[in-house]
Amino acid sequence: MKPPRSFVHVRENSLKMSLTSQIIQFLFSGLNVGSIYALVALGFTMIYNATSIINLAQGEFVMLGGLIMVFLTVFLQIPMYLGLILTVAAVTLLGAFFERLAIHPLRNASLLTLIIVTLAGSILFRGIAMFLWGKDPYALPPFSSSKPLHLWGATLQPQFFWVLGITGLVLLGVWFFFNRTLIGKAMTACSFNSTAARLVGINVRKMVLFSFSLSAAVGAIAGIIITPITLMEYDRGPLLALKGFAAAVLGGLGSGGGAIVAGFLIGILESLGAGLVSSGYKDAIALLVMLIVLWVKPSGLFGSAEESELKKF
Amino acid sequence: MSEEILSVENLQKSFGGIRAIDSLNFCIPQGQVKSVIGPNGAGKTTLFNLITGVFLPSQGTIRFSGQILNGLKPYRIARLGISRTFQNLQLFSNMTALENVMVGKHPLTSAGLLSTGLRLTRMRKEEKYIREKALEELSFMGLETKAELEALSLPLGEQKRLEIARALATSPKLLLLDEPAAGLNIRETEKLSQTILKIRDRGVTVLLVEHDMSLVMGISDEILVLNYGRMIAEGRPREVQRNPEVIGAYLGEEAGNA
Amino acid sequence: MKRKDSYALLVMAVLIAIFPWIVAGNEYFISIVVFLGINSIITMGLCLLMGYAGQISLGHAAFYGIGAYSSGILTTHYSFSPVMAFFLGIFFSALVAYLVGKPTLRLKGHYMAVATLGFGEIFFIAFNELTPWTGGPSGLSGIPALRFFGKTLEETAYLYLVWGFVILLLIFSLNMVNSRVGRALRAVHGSELAANAMGVDAARYKVQVFVLSAVYASMAGSLYAHFVTFISPSSFGLMPSIMFLMMVVVGGAGTIWGALLGTAVFTSLPEYLRGLEDYEVLAYGGILMFILLFMPQGILQRMQNLLNQMKQRVEKSP
Repeated sequence: MKPPRSFVHVRENSLKMSLTSQIIQFLFSGLNVGSIYALVALGFTMIYNATSIINLAQGEFVMLGGLIMVFLTVFLQIPMYLGLILTVAAVTLLGAFFERLAIHPLRNASLLTLIIVTLAGSILFRGIAMFLWGKDPYALPPFSSSKPLHLWGATLQPQFFWVLGITGLVLLGVWFFFNRTLIGKAMTACSFNSTAARLVGINVRKMVLFSFSLSAAVGAIAGIIITPITLMEYDRGPLLALKGFAAAVLGGLGSGGGAIVAGFLIGILESLGAGLVSSGYKDAIALLVMLIVLWVKPSGLFGSAEESELKKF
Repeated sequence: MSEEILSVENLQKSFGGIRAIDSLNFCIPQGQVKSVIGPNGAGKTTLFNLITGVFLPSQGTIRFSGQILNGLKPYRIARLGISRTFQNLQLFSNMTALENVMVGKHPLTSAGLLSTGLRLTRMRKEEKYIREKALEELSFMGLETKAELEALSLPLGEQKRLEIARALATSPKLLLLDEPAAGLNIRETEKLSQTILKIRDRGVTVLLVEHDMSLVMGISDEILVLNYGRMIAEGRPREVQRNPEVIGAYLGEEAGNA
Repeated sequence: MKRKDSYALLVMAVLIAIFPWIVAGNEYFISIVVFLGINSIITMGLCLLMGYAGQISLGHAAFYGIGAYSSGILTTHYSFSPVMAFFLGIFFSALVAYLVGKPTLRLKGHYMAVATLGFGEIFFIAFNELTPWTGGPSGLSGIPALRFFGKTLEETAYLYLVWGFVILLLIFSLNMVNSRVGRALRAVHGSELAANAMGVDAARYKVQVFVLSAVYASMAGSLYAHFVTFISPSSFGLMPSIMFLMMVVVGGAGTIWGALLGTAVFTSLPEYLRGLEDYEVLAYGGILMFILLFMPQGILQRMQNLLNQMKQRVEKSP
């Protein structure tokens, strides 16, 4: 695995910028990368709520989203909107297959087996990606122009706003789904009490399948929007998954809203740390946060200790 | 008058807003068989968990032969001489019956990582001792022929006896039995009664949580009745049987006979 | 130790002793078996942690790396003797394992798994970033080979050295496992609640076995460093950690022999897959998936089941 790559591309400029401008710069890039963490964390939370499983292959959904989009729009020259729809559909299908073929058969197996099967899935996806795309990073053209904007002394790519905007839309969509649609509410019911849910006629099996599919879709979108900025290669998954998990835990595992806020928080922390302190260790920041949360208050910022006692694994 | 082996003063345990145990006061004289009865949800297993250190009391004290148990970790309390069985069996699924009981000898032995890895003489002697004593406990519970069988392959009745054998292996002064008769037929329950009396004859004080009234009435020296976490009666079986509050709470509104 | 174990050990020792003769000193085959031995040390320790105590570590390569880099750095940059460096590596690994293990082993299931993933990754980053000592991504070269009375240990001698370690550690592990401590660990795995109720200090045992497994990994790291004389962070990252896990689980997570079997399978696998470089990762994932779905108890158990079935068939025939 390659050493972590610095996200902030403006090291040369930073010397000429004032501290406030730098901080604004880092804040924006932090929000950007935080969006991805928030989306990955959301994916974790959805699957966890439906199944009590931590899906270690979550990062691969992001990676595949990016790479498949590259394949469709850059190599096959398909228009962007179509490419987006096809990519999300493809990854969603993959998530569904994964659930059917690997998770469902093992649903009564031990915890260790379930953890390992998602791990195996992640390795498999990475293997497929390596086979199809090799080890090189690939780029997507930015959605609108590539001309940077200058705002308050900071240099921002327009793609930044696409990332934030689309993330916001996705979050809104997911919120709407869980709170306003019948299926979404059914999924929420499953997460609280699957036996009771079964008794009122909710097909728990379908809900589990759904949660994987939805998580895959959300992950794919994250991959698509971030690739124009950070590129994408076959082994980006694990680190993304770890950081997304850090956000999920920081927010209080099971709380979607908490995961999202935590995702942005970690993104900003990471960006500030990378810019102001050291860029080599920036990946370690999110990981340290996760470890500290797990060691000190596993219920996270927004979860209650009692609730986390009751959660089964 | 025999001394108190366990004394509970003003015990209270709350979970969030719910008071599982409230203002509980009682003691157990040494050598007694005391039963705790009450409707489901009355707090009986919570009481066990408080005594064995799984839960921390919200208020009040638990004393074991004078020593305060509050705040001690479960393994510590086990080493002091309190052992237990579980309502939903907690046998070690990955071991044989004999091995399960051998674990009970753990607090009485001391070979650590190094001495076992290096197979020092002291450790080998200890192993022999553990094995012998464990087999004795198995025999006591009538399971010596099942020693090498996988613990979970035994029928339910024998699994429950195995758990008792394991608890006895720790040489407890106080044994907590959590619904040992659940799932047993009449013959097995009668056998269990005999066994508990034999345990008492060994000098072990027994605290028993049970629903089976014939068992409880037959062997208890004293009975404690809980309802909604509070004690509503305490005394000899005959007295408790006639107590109207007990009848009302537990046996239903009709005056019934046990 | 049971009689079966003693026989198996004897057979293994004999096989190792004559192996160099069998392959007529072929360095390639010998070095594979050296790596097999080094990996076995790690997986034995990991098996004690996972198979017996029932915990999870997805970051164990970090301890492997601590041992390797301790030996590498101290002997190369600071002219320590290899023996000194070896013991210091063990000390560092044990210290880290204790500090990290205490809070992490309190966590349950998934949380523990991801926490170990996290600190494994943190060490990987550290190996990459501490360039003045570790050489960064380009690695640390020039690690001195081991010398015994002036003579450098070549392939065959190193084979005996590594497998000497393996056999000693195997004896130690088997002794431990068939004793009070082994039962305590298995009790913690079977039911932590009941284990505590029977006087077993589960928390302490979990940390102890974690530290022990880290020590095993560190020893393996030191042996590795002096054998290959060049180490880089890629040997101590996520994939290696997962590989070790796979070796333990695939072989049969319950037993030490199962772990050794799994190690043998997965150490030799890269050699078969050598030609298919691009497919390597894919193949690992596929194999792991296959085994999880069709042989959830691991290869050893499956083989034992098949053997039992065959035995029954033989007994039934007139």
